[in-house]
Amino acid sequence: MRLIRAVGTWLDQRLQLGAPIAETMQHPIPRETASWTYVFGSAAMTVFALQLVTGILLALIYVPSAGEAWNSLQILNHKVALGWFIRALHGWGSNFMLAIVLIHMVQVFLFGAYKFPRELTWILGIFLLLMTLGMAFTGQVLRFDQDAYWGLGIGASISSRVPIVGPALVKLLLGGPIIAGATLSRFFAFHVFVIPGLLIGFVGLHLLLVLKLGINEWPMPGRLVRRSDYREKYHELTHTEGVPFVPNGIWKDAIFSGVMLLAIAACAIYFGPFGPSGQPDPRIIQTAPRPDFFFLWLYALLSLLPPALETPVLLIGPAIALAILLGLPFFSGEGEKSWRRRPIAVLTILLSAVTLGTFTNMADHAPWSPVMDASTAAAIPAKFVTGRTPLQVQGALVFQSKQCHNCHSIGDIGGKRGPALDAVAVRLTGDQLVRQVLQGGGNMPAYGKNLNPAETTALVGFLETLHPSAQTPAHDASLTAGIQP
Amino acid sequence: MSDISRRQVVLKIAMLFNGAVGVLLAIPIVRYILSPVSRGRKPGYEDWVSLGSIAGFPAGQTRLATFRNPVANASDGETAALPCWVRNIDGNRFQVFAINCAHLGCPVRWFPQSRLFMCPCHGGVYYEDGARASGPPERGLFEYSFKILDGNLQIQAGELPTPGFSAANKNKTLIQIGRQSPCA
Repeated sequence: MRLIRAVGTWLDQRLQLGAPIAETMQHPIPRETASWTYVFGSAAMTVFALQLVTGILLALIYVPSAGEAWNSLQILNHKVALGWFIRALHGWGSNFMLAIVLIHMVQVFLFGAYKFPRELTWILGIFLLLMTLGMAFTGQVLRFDQDAYWGLGIGASISSRVPIVGPALVKLLLGGPIIAGATLSRFFAFHVFVIPGLLIGFVGLHLLLVLKLGINEWPMPGRLVRRSDYREKYHELTHTEGVPFVPNGIWKDAIFSGVMLLAIAACAIYFGPFGPSGQPDPRIIQTAPRPDFFFLWLYALLSLLPPALETPVLLIGPAIALAILLGLPFFSGEGEKSWRRRPIAVLTILLSAVTLGTFTNMADHAPWSPVMDASTAAAIPAKFVTGRTPLQVQGALVFQSKQCHNCHSIGDIGGKRGPALDAVAVRLTGDQLVRQVLQGGGNMPAYGKNLNPAETTALVGFLETLHPSAQTPAHDASLTAGIQP
Repeated sequence: MSDISRRQVVLKIAMLFNGAVGVLLAIPIVRYILSPVSRGRKPGYEDWVSLGSIAGFPAGQTRLATFRNPVANASDGETAALPCWVRNIDGNRFQVFAINCAHLGCPVRWFPQSRLFMCPCHGGVYYEDGARASGPPERGLFEYSFKILDGNLQIQAGELPTPGFSAANKNKTLIQIGRQSPCA
C-alpha cells in the first residue's frame, strides 16, 4: 500500500494531474441532475470505449481485402476461439451505441439543454451523431458480404445523382470505376482511422464543454433562460445547493453503463454475431439486399417516394435536416426549457419517432419488393382452385407461371407489390381485367406481348372467380341496362 | 521592443514558409486522393471484354453472362467478376443489359415466362427490351455497347453503371425531374 502511494506521489510530482482531476471530480452539479435521466451521455461513451476495444480485437484477425475479408469473417466466426463473441459484441455494441446516442439526443432536446450557453455542445453532438451513423454504415461495408456489396451500389447510385460532380463522387466513394478491392480498403481506412479519430477528438471537446459550462439543470416550468442572467442563476444552483459530481452523480452513470455493457454481452451471447450473409460475389444474383436495422427507414423511403421526388428529396432533404438541427440553438436559444411547456418539441419527437418507426416496420415486410421466388415456391391456397372449371384451373397455372404471384397475393400468400387479388372480381369486370392484364397501368407491366389469347382467357377466367361468396362479382351495368327492355 | 518586433517578423516569415511548404505538399496529396477521378491517368477504365461465343446465346433468349472487369487488381477477389444480361433478339441483333437496376443498382433478375426483369430491392420492373415497366426507376436498364468479333460477343465495360453515368449510352442520364410518364 505504502509502495503504491509512493509511486503515485512520484508520478504526480511530475505529471501534476492529481489536483485538476480531483477538482473535476468534485465539481458541483445541480442537485436534481444526479438523476437516472442524465446517464445516457456517459453510457454512449462507455459503449464507444467497448467499440474501440472490440474493434482493435477484430482487427487482429480481419483482412481488409475484397478477396479475403469474407473468409476472415468466417475464420472469426468459426475457427478463432470466441471470435464469434467479439464480433457479436462489436455488432450489438454498434446498435446499442446508436440507440443510446439517439435517446441522449432526445433527452437533451426535451430538457432544453441545447439553449444558451450550450449551443456549441449541441452542435458538436450533431457531428457526433453523424459520425456514429458514418461508423454504422462503414462498419456494415466492412462486413463484406452480399448486403455490403449491393449496399455500396446503392450508395454509389445515390451519389451519382448529385448534379455535375455525381460521376466523380461515385469514383471517389468506390476508389475506382467499380466496387472492388480499393472500395473496401478506403472504407476500412474511414472506419478504423478517420472517423474514430474524429470521434475521439469531438467526444473530448463535447465533454470539455460539459465540464466548462456545467451540466444542464433540471428544467422547471416557468424558469426561463435569458442570456443576461443565466450564468449567475446557474452558479447559484450549483454553488449554494449543488452537490459534488463524485459521488452524488457518478454512481448512477456507473451502474447504467455497467447495465448497458451487460445487456450488450447478453444480446451477443443470445443472438450471436451479425452475418456475414452470402459471399460478395456479384455473379450470385439470387439475393435480396437489405440494410442494417438503423438504415431500414431509408430503405422504405427510397421505395415509397414518387420517382420524380426521389432525387430532390435525397439530395436536399439531408441538407435541410442538418440545417434545422444545427440552427436549432440559434433560433430557440432562450426561453422555456421544460418539455411541459414546449408542446411542439414533444410533438416533433413523437412525430419523428412514429415516422421512423413506421418506415422501419414497413421495411421489415418490404411490401414494395416482388417476392422473387413466389412463382415457384408460393402456393395458391386450395380453396381458390377447388371446384373450378378446367379453364379456370388453367388460368391459375398461368397466374403462377407468369410470375403474377411475385407481386400479387392470394390468400395472403405471395408478393404485396400489387393489390391482393382475393376479391379482385368484385372490383373489376371481366373486360376490365383483360384490359388491365394486357395493357398494364397503375404500377403494373403490360402483359400483352407475353400472353397468347388462350392464356389471357384462362387467366381472366380464373381471376373472375376471385370474390367472396357473399359478394357478387362486378358487372358492366350498361350491358345489363341494354338487355332489359 | 525592437528585439520583440524583429522576432515577430521572423515568426511571420517562419509561418509563411511553413504555409508554402504545406501548399507544396498538398498538391501531390490532393492529386493522390483524386486519382480515382482523374481518368486520363488510368487508360483502360473502359475496355472491350469478351462474353464468350455467340453460340452461347440462342436466338430469342435472354441469358446471364459473366466477364472479368478490364482493370482488376489481385485484391479484388470475386468482386472483379461481373454479370450482365445478354438478349439475343432474333439471331442477329443483340442487347446487353447491366445487372444493376437503373434505380439504385441492385441486381435485376430475368423471368423468361413473363419476359420481365424484376429487381428485389425497391420493386423496379423492366420489359424484355430493357424498357421501364413499373416501379421507382426513372428509365430503362443500362445497356453496354457490344460488337461481334470472330464469333465472340464483346462488350465495352469497366465502369459501374449508375443513374448519373449510364455505361455505354452516356446521353441517357437519369436526372430528368418532372419528365412525362412514358405511359401518358
